[in-house]
Amino acid sequence: MATIHVDGKDYEVDGSDNLLHACLSLGLDIPYFCWHPAMGSVGACRQCAVKQYKDADDTRGTLVMSCMAPVKDDAYISIEDDEAKDFRASVIEWLMTNHPHDCPVCEEGGHCHLQDMTVMTGHDRRRYRFAKRTHRNQNLGPFIGHEMNRCITCYRCVRFYKDYAGGEDLGAFGAHENIYFGRTTDGTLENEFSGNLTEVCPTGVFTDQTHSEHYTRKWDMQFAPSICHGCSSGCNISPGERYGDVRRIENRYNGEVNHYFLCDRGRFGYGYVNRADRPRQPVMRVDSDDERRDELLDVGGALDHSAERLKKAQRVIGIGSPRASLESNHVLRELVGAEHFSTGIAQQEYENLQLMLEIQREGALPTPSMREIEDHDAVIVLGEDLMQTAARVALAVRQAANGRAQDLAAEIGIPAWNANAVNTLAQGRQYPVFLATLTETRMDDLARERFHGSAEEIARLGFAVAHALDDSAPAVEGLDEATQTLVSTIAEALMTAERPLIISGGSMGSREVIQAAANLARALRQRDRRGSLTLVSGEANSTGLAMLGGHSLDWALDSLGEGDAVVVLENDLYARADAERVDRALGAAECVVCADHQSTPTWLRADIGLPVATFAEGDGTLVSHEGRAQRFFQVYDPSYYRPNDLTHESWRWLHALHTTMEARRVDWTQLDEVTEDCAEHHPQLAGIRDAAPSASFRIKGQKLAREPHRYSGRTAMRANISVSEPRAPQDADSAFTFSMEGYNGYAEPRSQVAFAWAPGWNSPQAWNKFQDEVGGHLTGSDPGNRLFEPEPDNRLEYFTAVPGRFEQRDDAWRVARLPHLFGSDEMSARAEPIQQRMSAPYVALSEGDARRLGVDVGTELTFTIGSHRLTLPLRISSELRDGVLGVPALPTMPAAVNHEWAHLGEETKA
Amino acid sequence: MEPSTRDASASSSYSLIASDQYPDDFVLSDEEREAIEQEKGHFENPRAASIEALKIVQKRRGWVPDGAIYAISNVLGIPSSDVEGVATFYSLIFRQPVGRHVILICDSSSCFLTDYEQLRDAFTRELGIGFGQTTEDNRFTLLPVCCLGACDRGPALMIDEDLHGPVDPGDVASLLEQYA
Amino acid sequence: MSSRLFHTSRNPETHPLTFRVRDDRAPVGLEEYQDTRGYEAVRNMLRDLSPDELIERMKAANVRGRGGGGFSAGMKWSLTMKGEGVPRGYIVCNADEMEPGTFKDRLLMEELPHLLIEGMIIAGYANNARLGYIFLRGEYVEAAHRIEQALQEARAAGILGPKVCGYDFDFDIYLHTGAGRYICGEETALINSLEGRRANPRSKPPFPGQSGAWGKPTVVNNVETLCNGPAIVLRGADWYQSLSGERSNDGGTKLYGVSGKVKEPGLVELPMGASAREIIDMAGGMRDGLELKAWLPGGGSTGFLLPEHLDLTMDFDTIGKAGSRLGTGLLAVIADNQSIVSLTRNLEDFFARESCGWCTPCRDGLPWTARILHSLEKGEGENGDIEMLESLASDLGPGKTFCAHAPGAAMPLQTALKHFRAEFEAGISHPQREAHAEPIPVGSV
Repeated sequence: MATIHVDGKDYEVDGSDNLLHACLSLGLDIPYFCWHPAMGSVGACRQCAVKQYKDADDTRGTLVMSCMAPVKDDAYISIEDDEAKDFRASVIEWLMTNHPHDCPVCEEGGHCHLQDMTVMTGHDRRRYRFAKRTHRNQNLGPFIGHEMNRCITCYRCVRFYKDYAGGEDLGAFGAHENIYFGRTTDGTLENEFSGNLTEVCPTGVFTDQTHSEHYTRKWDMQFAPSICHGCSSGCNISPGERYGDVRRIENRYNGEVNHYFLCDRGRFGYGYVNRADRPRQPVMRVDSDDERRDELLDVGGALDHSAERLKKAQRVIGIGSPRASLESNHVLRELVGAEHFSTGIAQQEYENLQLMLEIQREGALPTPSMREIEDHDAVIVLGEDLMQTAARVALAVRQAANGRAQDLAAEIGIPAWNANAVNTLAQGRQYPVFLATLTETRMDDLARERFHGSAEEIARLGFAVAHALDDSAPAVEGLDEATQTLVSTIAEALMTAERPLIISGGSMGSREVIQAAANLARALRQRDRRGSLTLVSGEANSTGLAMLGGHSLDWALDSLGEGDAVVVLENDLYARADAERVDRALGAAECVVCADHQSTPTWLRADIGLPVATFAEGDGTLVSHEGRAQRFFQVYDPSYYRPNDLTHESWRWLHALHTTMEARRVDWTQLDEVTEDCAEHHPQLAGIRDAAPSASFRIKGQKLAREPHRYSGRTAMRANISVSEPRAPQDADSAFTFSMEGYNGYAEPRSQVAFAWAPGWNSPQAWNKFQDEVGGHLTGSDPGNRLFEPEPDNRLEYFTAVPGRFEQRDDAWRVARLPHLFGSDEMSARAEPIQQRMSAPYVALSEGDARRLGVDVGTELTFTIGSHRLTLPLRISSELRDGVLGVPALPTMPAAVNHEWAHLGEETKA
Repeated sequence: MEPSTRDASASSSYSLIASDQYPDDFVLSDEEREAIEQEKGHFENPRAASIEALKIVQKRRGWVPDGAIYAISNVLGIPSSDVEGVATFYSLIFRQPVGRHVILICDSSSCFLTDYEQLRDAFTRELGIGFGQTTEDNRFTLLPVCCLGACDRGPALMIDEDLHGPVDPGDVASLLEQYA
Repeated sequence: MSSRLFHTSRNPETHPLTFRVRDDRAPVGLEEYQDTRGYEAVRNMLRDLSPDELIERMKAANVRGRGGGGFSAGMKWSLTMKGEGVPRGYIVCNADEMEPGTFKDRLLMEELPHLLIEGMIIAGYANNARLGYIFLRGEYVEAAHRIEQALQEARAAGILGPKVCGYDFDFDIYLHTGAGRYICGEETALINSLEGRRANPRSKPPFPGQSGAWGKPTVVNNVETLCNGPAIVLRGADWYQSLSGERSNDGGTKLYGVSGKVKEPGLVELPMGASAREIIDMAGGMRDGLELKAWLPGGGSTGFLLPEHLDLTMDFDTIGKAGSRLGTGLLAVIADNQSIVSLTRNLEDFFARESCGWCTPCRDGLPWTARILHSLEKGEGENGDIEMLESLASDLGPGKTFCAHAPGAAMPLQTALKHFRAEFEAGISHPQREAHAEPIPVGSV
C-alpha cells in the first residue's frame, strides 16, 4: 500500500498500480483511452495527463501521463491543475480533429467512451477548420462492423486482438495521421474473441453487426444480469432487449469469471431467442382423417389436456436438460418422481460428468475459477479442444502462458502494467502449455509441445506423466520413444512450475482421459505440488444436472414403452441420440409433452407442446463447470408486447401441470420458492440459494431497475395494440423491475448489475464504478456461489485402468467428434450470424489415410457409421492420426457416434 | 506476441483449420526466398528480417505486390498483418507499382533553403506528374524524401541509387535523359 | 561525390575523427587504416583495460552524444545492465542520419568505415555485447557498400569474429539498412525497426540498456559518437578533454558543418565549442548579396537563433541556454530574403509526415500545426492562428508526448514565433474577424 495526495486529499492505494489505475479505483475521474485494466498501459493517447509534484512544497510540478506513472508513496498529484486540464482538453481536441462527429447516426452513440471523455474534458468547440482525413472500411464478416473514420488511434483494438487474444488477422497499418486498423485484405475476422473489439474500441470503429440489424440505443434497451448458455463456462452477460427482441449481448463484468471478455459464440449466438418460428403458444397435435393437425391452446387448455393425458399413463417419465435451469429440472423431477427422471444426457456423457464431479469433489486438486486459470505457470490440456468447447477458458489459458512475460519483467523491475515494455522484455517467452488433443487446434500457437492422438493415446500420455511424477501412479507400458521424451518434458515442466494447471473435460467422451487428468492431479499432490484442475463439461448446466442426479437419456429411451408418457424439458432428443432410437422410444409412449422454446424435431414430434422461456424470458440457476451456481434473470416479459404470447418459464408450466394433475393449488408462485425447494431436496445444491440475492432484495428500499433512466418511448411502444398504456409487468421472481424505476446506481455495493451506468460513464468502462478496484471484484462481491469446496477431499485413489494402445483397423475408422465453436452448441447454431460462420459438414481423415485411399481434399466420401450413412466432402489433416475419422459436431451430423467404427461405403471403394 | 514456438517450416501441409490467407497468385522466386532465409540468420528471430524481405522483393519487382505480403509472412512465420503493418509504415517500401526509375527529391530544410521548390516544380513540369504519381510510360515515379544528408549540395535528389546535387532546375531535362 | 571538408592540414592529435580522410576522398581501406594506428585502440583495450576501466575513461572524456541528444556516452554505457545472469546484448550504431541539415555521418561512413567498426568494437567490449548492428538509412547506398566491404576486410583479418584481434572476445557486426522514416533515428524506435516492427518508440523506462533489442541490454550510439572511441582509448581522457580546452566543458572535437545559402557549404572538425561565426566564415560567409537572418544550430529539431547568437560556443549547454539545442551541430543559415513562415511550414510538414502515429499530440497536433502554417504562408491565416500555434507548440513540448519527436518539432516553431512573430502575423487575411470556433454537434450522452 502507498499513500498518495490528490488535490489536497490523502488516499491509500495499491503501490504496484500506476496512478491512473489507482485514481480510477478511488472513484476519481481521469479521462483515458489507450489504457485498459486487462491490457495495461502504453502511453499512446496522452489523455490521462495529471500534474505530479516532487513534494508538498513543489508548486510547479510536471505533467505526467498517469497511466505510465508508477504510484509512489507520499506522491503529490493534481488532477484539477489548470495545466493538466488544459492539456487534456487539447488531447481530446486533437482526437476529435478527424472524428466524424456522426454520433446521431453512430451505433456507439450513447455508450461511447469517446463521447464520455469528450464531455468529461469539457470540449465543445471545434477550432480545427481543415479537412478531415477519411478511410475506406472493410467487410470484416457477419459479426463486426467497421467504420474507420471514427478511429482515434488508441491502438486498443490491435493490442486486444493480437497481444491479448492471440489473433493474427488485425493489424495497424500506415503511419503519421494516416493509421488504419484492419485486416490485410477484406474478410471475416478469424479470432474467436473478435466481438470484444466492440467493447474494447472506445468509439464506433468496431460495432456489433448483429445489433445493427435491429439497432437500439443503449439507453432504450432493457437489461438483466444473465448467464451465457453457450457452454459450461458460465460467462456473465448483459442482454439488451427492445420490443420483445434481444438486441445485443454485452459483457457483464464478473471478476471471478469472464471479467471483461466474452467469446463470439456467447456474444453473437443469441439469435435463437428472436426466431420467428419459435413456439409462442401451446399446441396440441390432433389426428384426424390421417392428418395431423396443430391445435393452438390457451394456458388452461394446455394444462388440462396435458394433465389428462399424463394421468392416463401408467408411468410418466421426465427427460430434463442440461440447457435448462436447475429449477426447471427440479420441478420436472418433482412432477415425475426421482425414479422416473432422466437428466436428458446420454449415458456415456453422464457417466463422465459424474466422474468429473467425483474428481472435483474428492480429487487431489481444487478447481480454479476462470480468473484463477490466468494465474498458473504451466498448463497441460488433455483431450479438450478448448477453443471449440469452452473458448473463454482458452483465452484464460493464453493469459496464463503470457503471465511469464510479467514475471520476467518483474525481475528487472518493470511493472506488470507497462504492457509494451513487458512484451519487449519477454520476446514471446511464455509459460509452458502442453496440448494433447485429437488434432490441430486454434490455440496451437500457444503450445510448447503438442501431442495428437486418439482418446486412449491421450489418456496414456496423461497416465504416463502422472507416473513420471509419482512412481506409485500406475505405469504405462509400451510407449514409443518420442512419447516417452514428451512425458519427461511435461513432467519436468509441471514439477518446475509453482502453480501447474491440468485441464480436461468430457468432449472426447473418454473416461480414461478424465481419469488420466485425475491421476496427474493426484501425482502432483503426492509430490507436494499445488496446482489446479479444470474439468470442462458440455453445456450450460451439465454440471448442475450431474449434481442434481437422475437417469441418463439412454435409460429413458430404453424404458419408454407402452402405457408410458413422457415430458421432455428443453431438450431435442434427436440432437443427442440416433433418430431411429428416439422415434422408437417416443413412438412407444402414449403421450409426449414437450416444453421448449424452439421448434426442434422433438417439439414437432410431441403430442402437446408448451412454449417456454429462453434465458431472456425467464430466470433460473445454472452451475458452470467450475461448480459456480449463477442466476440468470429474465430480461423482458414477452406478453407485454405480444398479448398472445403464452411463453412461461418451464418450471412454471411444469409446476402448474403437476398441481393440475393433482387438482390442487400451486405451491410456488415465485422462483425463490423453487430454488429453495431444490436446495432443500438436494443438499449438494444447498449453495444455489446464495447464487444471487432473493426477490426480496432491495437497495434503499427499492427494487433494481432493468432500464436506464433515460429509457424512452414506454408510453408509445404498445400503441399499435392499444393506446392505453398498461401497467409495467411486475416481476415476482427477482429483485428487478421491468422499468426504469428502481435503483440503478453504483454507490451501494451490489453484485447483480443489469447494465453498467454511472453519471458521465455510459460505455462499458462504467464497470470501473462497480468494482472494488478497477479490474478487481464487484463491490458487492462477484456474482455466483461456488458449490465445490475450495479444497477437495483428496480421498480419491489413483485410477488404475490404463487403456491399451489404439488398435488401428484396416477396414474401419474410429469416429471422433470434432467440436466447433460455431455449430456444436444447439441453440446458438440456430442464430443466423453464427450459421454464417459455421463450417459446412465434412469428414476428416489423416494425410496418410487420404493418400492410402487416393483421395484428396473435397472428394465426396461415403461412410457408414452404425445405421448412419454419410456422404460428405473430405478434409485432410496432417495432424490427425491414421485410423481415425473426424466427424464435426454440427447440427445436421449424427450425434451419438463417438468411438463407433466407420466403414467406407462401397461406391467410394470403387 | 512473438511466435517463438511457431515454426513455419513445420506447419502442416493439410489443416482442418480454414484460413483465408495465402492467395496462390504470387510465388517468391528461389533467389528471393534464399536471400530472405539468409537475412533471417542475422537476427535473434525471423521477424527482424521482415523489412529486409520486403526490400528484397521490391528490388526485383520494383514494388511489393499484395501476394508478397502473404508469401513473406509465410517464410518468416509471422502474421501477414504484421508484414503489412511494416510495409505500410516505412516510406521506401512501395505498396503500389512504381515506374522504372524512382525519383526521390529531398524536401527537407536545407534543400528547401536552397530552392528545392523550384526544383520540384521543374520535375513536375517536365514529367507532368506530382508527388506519388508515375508517368504514363511507367518511366518515372516522383516522391519526396527526408533529408538525404547532402545538405551541402542542396537541392539534392536521388534517382534510383544515384545521388545528384546541387541540381539546377534548368538541368532537369538532361538529368532525366540519363534514365531510359 | 564527397562533402566538402575544410582544413587541409589535419593530424591525429587535433583531428581524431578526420585526420585519415584522403585528399582523393576514396575510402580508407584496412591497410591504410592500420598504418595510421588503426585498431591499435582495440588491441590495447583488450590487452590492458577491463570494461569498467574503459567506461570510466569514456565518462572522464565526457563524450556527449553526437546524434543530437548530448547524453554522456560513458554514462550511458555505465547504465547498461551487465553481470551474472544478464545475457550479452547488442551495440547498435545509429546511422539513420535523417535530421534535416545533417550530413556528417555520411562522410565518416563513406570514407572511414574502419573507424566506425573500431568504435563499435570498443563499445561492444565496454557493454558486454555479442553483436553490433549498424542501422543505416536505406538511401545511403554508397555508405552501405563501403561499410559492407570494410566489414568483410575486418572479418578476414580476424578483427571481427570469435576472437577479436586474437583476444578472448567475440564480436561481430551486421549492417542493417532501413526503409525510410525519420523516427527510426529515435533509439527505441530504431530498435523496434531493427526487430522488424513498426518504428514506434518504446516507453522509457525500461531503457535499452536494461531491455533493448530482443529484450537484451542494448546500447544505441550515433556514428560520430562511436568514432570518438578509438582515439580516447589510444590517447586518454585527459587528452580528449584538452582538445576543447577552455572553450567548452564538452570534451573532444565535433564535426560541424553548414548548409543553406553560404558560399561553400561543407563540414569541418573543430574542437567542441567552436562558434557558429567560425563555421560560417569557413564556408565563405553568405552568398553575395545575402544577409544572415537566422540560423538553426543543429538540424530541423533545433530552435532558431539570430545573428546576435553567432559568437556563442557551439556546445550543448551554451546553445541550450540560448533557447535552442546544439542538436547535430550542423547549422543551416537562413538568408534575409527567405521566409521564416515558409521554412517553419516546411519543417512542420516534415515532422508531421515523419510522426510514427503512436501518440496523439504528435500524430494529430503536428498536422494541425502544419495546416495553419500553410494558411499563413498563403496569406489565408485567421485571427487566433498564432495563439493556436503557440498553444500547439506548448502542448507538443517535452514530457507531453511519447518521445522527443514532437518536442523537436515544437522547438523551431516556438522560436520562430518568438523571433519572427510579425512574419506570421502578416499571414492573417482578415485580422478583424473572430477566431474560428463552432459548437460541435455531439450526440446526446
